[in-house]
Amino acid sequence: MSKTLFYIILGIITVIAPFAFPAFQTQLATLWLMIIVAQSWDMTGGQMGYNSLGNIFFYGTGMYVAAVVTIGLVYPVGEYTGAAGGGIYTFTPDEYFLGMALSIPAAGIFCALCAFIIGYVTFGLRGPYFAIGTLGVAIAGGEMVSNWDWIGGGQGISMPSYPYNFDQFKTVIYFLYAILGIALFFFCRWLYQTRFGAAINAIRDDEGKAEAMGIHTMRYKLIAWAISAFFVGAAGAISAFQLIHFEPLETAYQTINLGIFMVVCVLLGGKGTLWGPVIGAVMFHVFKELTWNYFLGWQWVALGALIVVVVVFFQDGLMGYLKYKRPEWFGIAVDTKEAKV
Amino acid sequence: MSTIIDVSSVSKSYGGVKANTDISLTVETGGITGLIGPNGSGKTTLFNSIVGYHPIDEGSIKFEGQEISKKLVPEIARLGLLRTFQQTRIYGEMNCVENMLISLPHRKLSLTDAFKKNTRADRDKAEQFLDFVGLYEKRFLQAGSLSFGQQKLLEFAMALMNEPTVLLLDEPTAGINPTLINGLIDRLKRANSEFGITLFIIEHNMRVIMNMADKIYCLAHGEMLAEGTPAEIQDDQRVIDAYLGAH
Repeated sequence: MSKTLFYIILGIITVIAPFAFPAFQTQLATLWLMIIVAQSWDMTGGQMGYNSLGNIFFYGTGMYVAAVVTIGLVYPVGEYTGAAGGGIYTFTPDEYFLGMALSIPAAGIFCALCAFIIGYVTFGLRGPYFAIGTLGVAIAGGEMVSNWDWIGGGQGISMPSYPYNFDQFKTVIYFLYAILGIALFFFCRWLYQTRFGAAINAIRDDEGKAEAMGIHTMRYKLIAWAISAFFVGAAGAISAFQLIHFEPLETAYQTINLGIFMVVCVLLGGKGTLWGPVIGAVMFHVFKELTWNYFLGWQWVALGALIVVVVVFFQDGLMGYLKYKRPEWFGIAVDTKEAKV
Repeated sequence: MSTIIDVSSVSKSYGGVKANTDISLTVETGGITGLIGPNGSGKTTLFNSIVGYHPIDEGSIKFEGQEISKKLVPEIARLGLLRTFQQTRIYGEMNCVENMLISLPHRKLSLTDAFKKNTRADRDKAEQFLDFVGLYEKRFLQAGSLSFGQQKLLEFAMALMNEPTVLLLDEPTAGINPTLINGLIDRLKRANSEFGITLFIIEHNMRVIMNMADKIYCLAHGEMLAEGTPAEIQDDQRVIDAYLGAH
């Protein structure tokens, strides 16, 4: 009961926040983005033990799918990008919103398919090799897109801008992220209680044993990564609308920024827990914004120091620390009751 | 009794080391078969060959009449031929009940079943088996925090949960204290008689294996040295020499 109340209060805060703090709407939207990418990274990184450094590939790919779908519905994409701002291309509000409604799920589905194909190759790698392999995929993705003129090459691509006023636009973006984030949270909450959730945990703890017990390890790994890619791709699509103009290397396939941030968020909050990525994303975002505002010039140093401290001293994050200190909160206790059978 | 595992003329070498040379043996349905031999005689290599851990160089391995020497580990496990490990392997960060629940027989689960929660009946069954091996009280502890012997018992319970046709046990009593061993022998025998699971056991503890097995095979230097009933094996001079090092 108290749990329901807790969720209701959080829900109310989520709805009220952008109106109570209108100046922070973009910040809050970015916070939701961090929560989404952290939570979906944790599905493979925390729950399944496959630390991907390439999830940013799906973010970038999601952005480009959103652009291609939205623009392609109205104009030929090659002509639009070929004009490089020279031509005049207008989008009616109907065209804009239809593009938005179609491209967000399309980006998710396309990225899920990509995950199936890439996963089929990269899941042959284990441990750090998987991390490096997926990082390679993300970097290669960025380079390939930046050489593909049809979608704007290295110059990037511009989305149509929001047809109504800018304040309303920020609120719409905030709620798109929030809805996706909430959907992801409750999806994970359900998924981790199913046999599928237990199976990916088993893969994390001992994949060889899981195979020896007859678990379809490859199938589960592919599905888990595809689900993860779906949400990252959809979040990327929302980002495409939010940023309006983006280019491949620094914005879409930003391996050293968001690609690493999502991992740090999860490490801060605690790998392999439902709330860890959410808490970690909030902690990280606050830390990042404080250092970017008050230690400008030193912000990357502060961030590096944070990563070092987390990796050396708090590998299990906040939730892991609590689990170690207070195992009984997590139901880890001897039960002296007699068996009823 | 019919034959359930039929190993014929299997050879396996690692580089220049011949771990198994021309090994043939059969495991009878419903029985308890033992495999003994000095350290390094190729027992675990043979187990690994049977469950598909590595390709064999020569020979054939049949399970229920079906050739399995080309199949992959999870495929063989889903046929109902399961093994436990000499170095016990459990899922360390999950609690005992979760360890049990994930060991449900996956050959009986479809893809849609994977997206359902475990039923009350599954949980009851898990707790029953945990009670059977004496881990009921500790069922909510993380499996990785259990002692080695308890992990061994948990691994055995997980194997039972999987409802195998044949269970290959690699040194089930190693590292378990002598009092607990008696309990374990009793449980292994009950698994065989009550649940009808055919057992194929590697064991160094002679008291244990002589007590349990109907038939024993003895390996030495990767070759089949002797086979027979426990009484025959105990009296076989070659077996005694192999164990005591006379050459």
